Amino acid sequence: MRNMVAIAQRELNAYFRSPIAYVMIGFFLILFGFFYAVPLYYFVQQSAQMGQSPGPMNMNQQLIGPTLANTTVIMLFFFPLITMRTYSEEKRSGTIELLLTSPITDVQIILGKFFGALLLYLAMIALTVIHLAILFYFSDPEWKPIATAYLGLILMASCFLSLGMFISSLTKNQIVAAMATFAVFLMLWVITWISPFVGPTTQAVLNYLSLTEHFDDFSKGIIDTKHVIYYLSFTALGLFLTAKSMDSERWRG
Amino acid sequence: MIEVQHLSKKYGPFTAVDDVSFRAESGEILGFLGPNGAGKTTTMRIITGYMPATGGKATVAGFDVFDQPLEAKRRTGYLPETPPLYPDMTVREYLRFVAKIKGVRANVNDRVDAVMKKTWVADMANRHCGKLSKGYRQRVGLAQALIHEPEVLVLDEPTAGLDPKQIIETRQLIRELAGTHTIVLSTHILPEVAQTCQKVVIINKGRIVATDSPHALTERLRGAARIFVQAQGPADDVQRALQGVTGVVRVNLGERRDDVGNFDVDTETGVEIRGEVASAIVRNGWGLLELRPIGMSLEDVFLSLTTEEIEAEDVKAQAVVTDHGEVSNA
Repeated sequence: MRNMVAIAQRELNAYFRSPIAYVMIGFFLILFGFFYAVPLYYFVQQSAQMGQSPGPMNMNQQLIGPTLANTTVIMLFFFPLITMRTYSEEKRSGTIELLLTSPITDVQIILGKFFGALLLYLAMIALTVIHLAILFYFSDPEWKPIATAYLGLILMASCFLSLGMFISSLTKNQIVAAMATFAVFLMLWVITWISPFVGPTTQAVLNYLSLTEHFDDFSKGIIDTKHVIYYLSFTALGLFLTAKSMDSERWRG
Repeated sequence: MIEVQHLSKKYGPFTAVDDVSFRAESGEILGFLGPNGAGKTTTMRIITGYMPATGGKATVAGFDVFDQPLEAKRRTGYLPETPPLYPDMTVREYLRFVAKIKGVRANVNDRVDAVMKKTWVADMANRHCGKLSKGYRQRVGLAQALIHEPEVLVLDEPTAGLDPKQIIETRQLIRELAGTHTIVLSTHILPEVAQTCQKVVIINKGRIVATDSPHALTERLRGAARIFVQAQGPADDVQRALQGVTGVVRVNLGERRDDVGNFDVDTETGVEIRGEVASAIVRNGWGLLELRPIGMSLEDVFLSLTTEEIEAEDVKAQAVVTDHGEVSNA
């Protein structure tokens, strides 16, 4: 545990020692601001027209949910840049030799790196709470669906990070790691596009594989164990493959 | 204590290390000597648990590196060929991090301070590792290997890239560390081995070609003593005459200028024949210009063990390397 914390701490510090963390958080907030402002304008406009067309307005469903769901797309572009260095850089600089000859297990190294990256993401989304706090100040949205949406974001981030780490563990080259990670992420993102042209069974499988499909319920305030298990098992698979890759690297030398 | 038994490592069809066995007792410095690509680094990586062996076993401080890796690693300090530094951390931050993952629990700050002082890097404590000079990087690497007070130190070319003064200091430090630590160091600088190590393992193409003390190795390989003779006279006749002296094994004609020839005379061990050689020349009326015994240096030993047929260029290259080594010792 202590070893894992030491690794996680070093990873997190490394992001903040270089410009990576600041640039990433800065641009994330600019994008989030945009993603937040657009539905807000719509919402305000619709509220103004409410007199003419009766119907209930729900801030959670029409504003906050979609905004948080949209931010998942930022992961697609940012996460390959976070995970690309996790192993590639250690291999290139030779520090992997330090880690592998220290009295720590592979699992501790992997989990340490994983939580280091996840904490960076938490730091990113923690700042978006400010935007939502403004809504709470002027209105009265429900906090529970917001909490489930954040939970969904964190679970989805775990999947991407574990997969990205696995890809990074396969190569010494950071650019290769980033491109491969992006390609795999994007594939998982759009995998349902082909659903209309395949049989019903394949369609079900593809829908299940899609990372985004599973997020919808979270943004609606539903915690379905099905989705939680999907995300957790996906993450576990990513971490397991990373462990296997490290092991295989060791034998091949 | 380090014990390596029948260690081998194969990469596909290529055998990097082939049936290597040696043993370093507590407090001993063992020098691992061999040309580049001989399998030194691979052997060290196996001992430190970085990679598993294909066959055989390695034991560090009584723990098998494969079966009880954590116990073995806890007792091993390792300086790889490239010091494993994180460029974005300061020396102090880096050493604190290493202390944590090496299992130092109490007084981490004191340990870091002590080790920085020992390796002369205290003045760079707040400098980023990425901005250090090669010499400092090497020494921080050494500090990193010492931080958890390991019983065993594995140092892969600890003096590579250092300036002459730093080389002397580092060797001094290594000698000081012996006694409380068991040390395995690799190098291709021969005088280094003669100066620092109690035991030498010479490895070539993955195989051990000799194991002994530097002194005994030189003695043993000298085998037949060699005499240098410079004589004035018809070279072929002189050679034939020398060949005729009892106790002479072989006569090589070296440089020849006009009627003056240089000869290397290999003789049987323990036989003193300088008198006979001298009289053989004088008896024939030739001029004896010079006659002296030549000892075989560790360089000769090394070359004779690791090379079957050496190209002239290789010899020259080796000479340059060893010259550097000697210059830096001066």
